Amino acid sequence: MRDVSKVFGDVVAVDHVSMGIRQKEFFAMLGPSGCGKTTSLRMIAGFERPTSGEIYIDGKAMGHTPPFQRNVNTVFQSYALFPHMTVEQNVSFGLEMKGLSRREIIRRVGEALELVRLPQMAKRYPRQMSGGQQQRVALARALVNRPNVLLLDEPLGALDAKLRKEMQIELKTLQREVGITFIFVTHDQEEALTMSDRIAVFSKGKVLQIGTPLEIYERPTTRFVADFIGETNFLEGRVQEVNGEFASVIVDGGRRFVGRAMDGVRPGIQAVISVRPEKAQLVEQPDSSPNCYEVQVHSIAYVGSDTRVIVMLGENKLDVWEQNTISTLDPNYFFKPGETAWLTFKPENALVLAH
Amino acid sequence: MIQVFREHRSLRIAGLMGPGAFWLVVFFLIPLLIMAVISFMSRDQFGFPAPPFTLGNYWDVVKDIRFNPSISFVGGLNIRLFDGLYLELFWRSIWLSLVSTIITLLIAFPVALFMSRLPRGYRSLTLFLVMIPFWTNFLVRTYALQFMLRGNGPINTLLRALGLEPIDLLFTPAAVMIGLVYGNLPFMILPLYTSLEKFDWTMIEAANDLGANTLQAFRRVMLPLVSPGLVAGSILTFVPAVGSYITVELMGGGRTNMIGYTIAQQFSASVNWPFGSALSLLMMIIVTIAAVLYFRSGRGEQRTVL
Repeated sequence: MRDVSKVFGDVVAVDHVSMGIRQKEFFAMLGPSGCGKTTSLRMIAGFERPTSGEIYIDGKAMGHTPPFQRNVNTVFQSYALFPHMTVEQNVSFGLEMKGLSRREIIRRVGEALELVRLPQMAKRYPRQMSGGQQQRVALARALVNRPNVLLLDEPLGALDAKLRKEMQIELKTLQREVGITFIFVTHDQEEALTMSDRIAVFSKGKVLQIGTPLEIYERPTTRFVADFIGETNFLEGRVQEVNGEFASVIVDGGRRFVGRAMDGVRPGIQAVISVRPEKAQLVEQPDSSPNCYEVQVHSIAYVGSDTRVIVMLGENKLDVWEQNTISTLDPNYFFKPGETAWLTFKPENALVLAH
Repeated sequence: MIQVFREHRSLRIAGLMGPGAFWLVVFFLIPLLIMAVISFMSRDQFGFPAPPFTLGNYWDVVKDIRFNPSISFVGGLNIRLFDGLYLELFWRSIWLSLVSTIITLLIAFPVALFMSRLPRGYRSLTLFLVMIPFWTNFLVRTYALQFMLRGNGPINTLLRALGLEPIDLLFTPAAVMIGLVYGNLPFMILPLYTSLEKFDWTMIEAANDLGANTLQAFRRVMLPLVSPGLVAGSILTFVPAVGSYITVELMGGGRTNMIGYTIAQQFSASVNWPFGSALSLLMMIIVTIAAVLYFRSGRGEQRTVL
């Protein structure tokens, strides 16, 4: 996608987006609703035309090529299975449109149903199937055409949590098996992290960052990405100095923190220190880290694997997740609301974000 | 009392269905049976039904049917195998009704499609507009239509003003056709609209996505999915058309005869109730068979591929 924009009336849905998606990649477009990710997907499919810019598939400019002439298939959010056709007829539809021989169609439909593990359901109608099964039929119906690119629009949105987890793994395995580029739209950051090779984070029609799940989580370049992917704590302040990879920030209240300097961090500008709850610790004695301050425990929540503590650092509320690495029934092992403790994190575990 | 209804399923059904069933039995089924009985009776000296019972009325319908193959080019290619006054009458009624149904469908489909794509508020407005004609009596509307087609009516006045030849439409088969299409249009639009409104347009996107062009998507996906509305609208149009009487009388001036008009004459001018009853019953049977065949063909649309 090169410099693509889409304008609906006076709403800019997609704003000068450029993305390069690699062959056989599992690529996620992630963002809150209305961020332009679905519109981008629909432009790749050909349901919408870019207002400006151009989309290339396999190096070919798509221009005004209608959807039925693109070697791209879509799994719709609602699945959009044809209710008047059986599973078999749904899956064979695309092949019939291509004018393949009856024999070839039967063979490939059989293979596709095998692939999604539904061969015994061939004669059923969509309404006689569960949501998860319909989802698989939608997948088979798209994959049977052997597209260059498979587009998936929130395909797991309608499934319950448990089934969604299963399908995430299954989709990932399936993608490796068939070796087709998957482009996947989701608003669920966990889903994107679990499944994708790379993620593009969308906000307000723009792509903020493209990277592997690791890069997106550990090195977000903007506040929005840091906040949208996973949980994080922000401390507002002014950059004091930048020293190689690191920068120090004086937070409102005079405390000084040090973290990795990200894009655009210069001395004197407003910035935030971002530290993830699992990367901060609470200790009883101060340590040597430059980011070590006394805090008040505000509340605690025991969630099994972690204990989630909210502490007050002056006016700022911070989340700290302590992993429960020791099995104990002793209530004195945990911090209690009202107690004081020392909050600490290493500079390399925190980020200084300018935007 | 209410408790009794709650506990007994059969009573509950009787309570719900009772009034309707009573109405239909008294005002539809019994008259129908009376008509069936009359159709097997003779006439007295005033033309009213009287014993003895006979098959003569039915014989009168079929007795002049002859095997007489012929080809003529009157009014287009005309191939006939059989000959017979009433056979021809039945055939013409069905044929005209069929053509009028197809024309109605072709006009109604785009209208219903357009309506179903409007924003919600406008949809109710257009629905209201479609139903407005029902505010006025059908007879009055047909007179108005007659006026439109007259030699010195608005259409011909316009044609003359444009320097064109006036056309004499009134009392022709074309006028009957115009009347039938006009009268039945709302009955086609409404069920079609209901089907189209429920239609999920992502189905078309899905079909396009799978390589179907617009025409293929329409034929393979849209048409089967809106077929309930299509079938309902066609039957609501076809059945009244076959038996239409006012339109045939006022628009055709009795010159384009259809079976409904002939039946009406048996009960009035000709005073031959038994024969009129026999014709009515035969028409009912024919229309029922046609409707059933049509329903069957509609189901056949969902053809199996593998």
